[in-house]
Amino acid sequence: MSALLTVNDLRVRFPTRTGVVEAVRGVSFTLGRERLGIVGESGSGKSQTGRAIMGLTPSHAEVTAKTLSFGGVDLISAPPKVRRDLRGKRIAMILQDPKYSLNPVMSIGRQIVETLRRHENVSRSEARERALDMLAAVQIRDPARVFDLYPHEVSGGMGQRAMIAMMLVAGPELLIADEPTSALDVTVQLEVLSILDKLVADRGMGLIFVSHDLRLVSSFCDRVLVMYAGKIVEEIAASDLASAKHPYTQGLLNCMPVIGADRHPLPVLDRKPEWAL
Amino acid sequence: MTTAVSVQNLTVAYEDFKALDAVGVDVAAGESFGLVGESGSGKSTLLRAVAGLAPVTGGTIRVENRQLQGARRDKAFYRSVQMVFQDPYGSLHPRQTVDRQLLEPLAIHGVGDGERRILKALDEVGLGSGFRFRYPHQLSGGQRQRIAIARALILEPSILLLDEPTSALDASVQAEVLNLLEQVRRDRKLTFIMVSHDLGVVTHMCDRLAVMRGGRVVERLSSADLVAGRIGEDYTRNLMVASKGFRRG
Repeated sequence: MSALLTVNDLRVRFPTRTGVVEAVRGVSFTLGRERLGIVGESGSGKSQTGRAIMGLTPSHAEVTAKTLSFGGVDLISAPPKVRRDLRGKRIAMILQDPKYSLNPVMSIGRQIVETLRRHENVSRSEARERALDMLAAVQIRDPARVFDLYPHEVSGGMGQRAMIAMMLVAGPELLIADEPTSALDVTVQLEVLSILDKLVADRGMGLIFVSHDLRLVSSFCDRVLVMYAGKIVEEIAASDLASAKHPYTQGLLNCMPVIGADRHPLPVLDRKPEWAL
Repeated sequence: MTTAVSVQNLTVAYEDFKALDAVGVDVAAGESFGLVGESGSGKSTLLRAVAGLAPVTGGTIRVENRQLQGARRDKAFYRSVQMVFQDPYGSLHPRQTVDRQLLEPLAIHGVGDGERRILKALDEVGLGSGFRFRYPHQLSGGQRQRIAIARALILEPSILLLDEPTSALDASVQAEVLNLLEQVRRDRKLTFIMVSHDLGVVTHMCDRLAVMRGGRVVERLSSADLVAGRIGEDYTRNLMVASKGFRRG
């Protein structure tokens, strides 16, 4: 299996007044057309890893890697023009909260059409047709009506489905989903996840699913990377999660209150300094 | 068994929209009571109505056998009822030190002995005196929520209103804050009313709960019933399925 994405020794550094903060410290993995989960707490570098691959790291930060290549393109040395062409066309990203990540002054339909027309030479009417098809594919019941709505006129679940539609309309090979359902209600989460799951499977995309919820990630992905303090502390097949070795992974698994398990007090993480070495 | 909070026929309306529609809930003293439901179900509005932060248009609220009028609350009310909000990033003053924020309730209520009380409150929430002169931006989310809890506890209230106190926190930090809340409830024999969308959290923390939908209570049940699957309403059952997590269909 040829790798879609190769990451070797990825580092993201933020220079600040009080010194350099290393958010990502030597992350390496390869990704085929599979579902990979990245899990960790806030500040573990999981989102910055996704953003570095997408090319969305703030300009004052420094990104280095021995290899960071996607489908034969070296992302580190690629000029901005090449990265712009990749972004949205071959690599797409779903962000956490549709309230903030959709353009509030553009109708949903226009935002989807914009993605498409930026990357493909299609006529206005064809772009509209494809946007409507895509809205139908994310199970929006009345695509023609939703096409003309603005983000504030739809619910969170609907907004997130519109975002998925926008990201998938140009047919990317790799999708990075950064906490795609954390801002949604529990009942809506499952709907959005199953839509995402189906589309990723049908289109044979690679998926990187970034989340702080280890159980959610393991039920969604084939393989999970667990990050702590900018490094990968454990890589594990989702099916072997119960036999996780690293105490941090075990801690993340055990700290959630589970219905029917009577554990008072809840086990908490005893963070060891050596985990961050 | 005495009733700490009794809400009868409560209606809250924002112009034409009824956020709460004839809701009734009784919470016994020393009990931990949960409110669950989706966004927009009115669970937070119920809490805010008790605290005097929502426009009540009908019904009655009694707290410790005193009937409350409209949205007016006197000082005595706030000495016995305090609230912890969802977002620790939004509920602390960004330009005041921890010390200043903890001093404020004491100053309002004319409570002396601030020095000792502040140190005790910090100690109780597991933060040392080293945190006393920090600003909120120098704290992590979990530490901020601990400060918010310390601020609520410093007046030694008997009832704590908790509006999604851990949903903005990481799972690992959530466990620490939930343990802290259970600890202070045990130590001070507090009454909790806790809002959450997470059934796991509510069944862990609460003895009884009410399931809300569209401004109404659809079902009242005990956590034990919920765990055992003795559920009357389909809506509650759906919430249960959703809380079990994603399954590939």
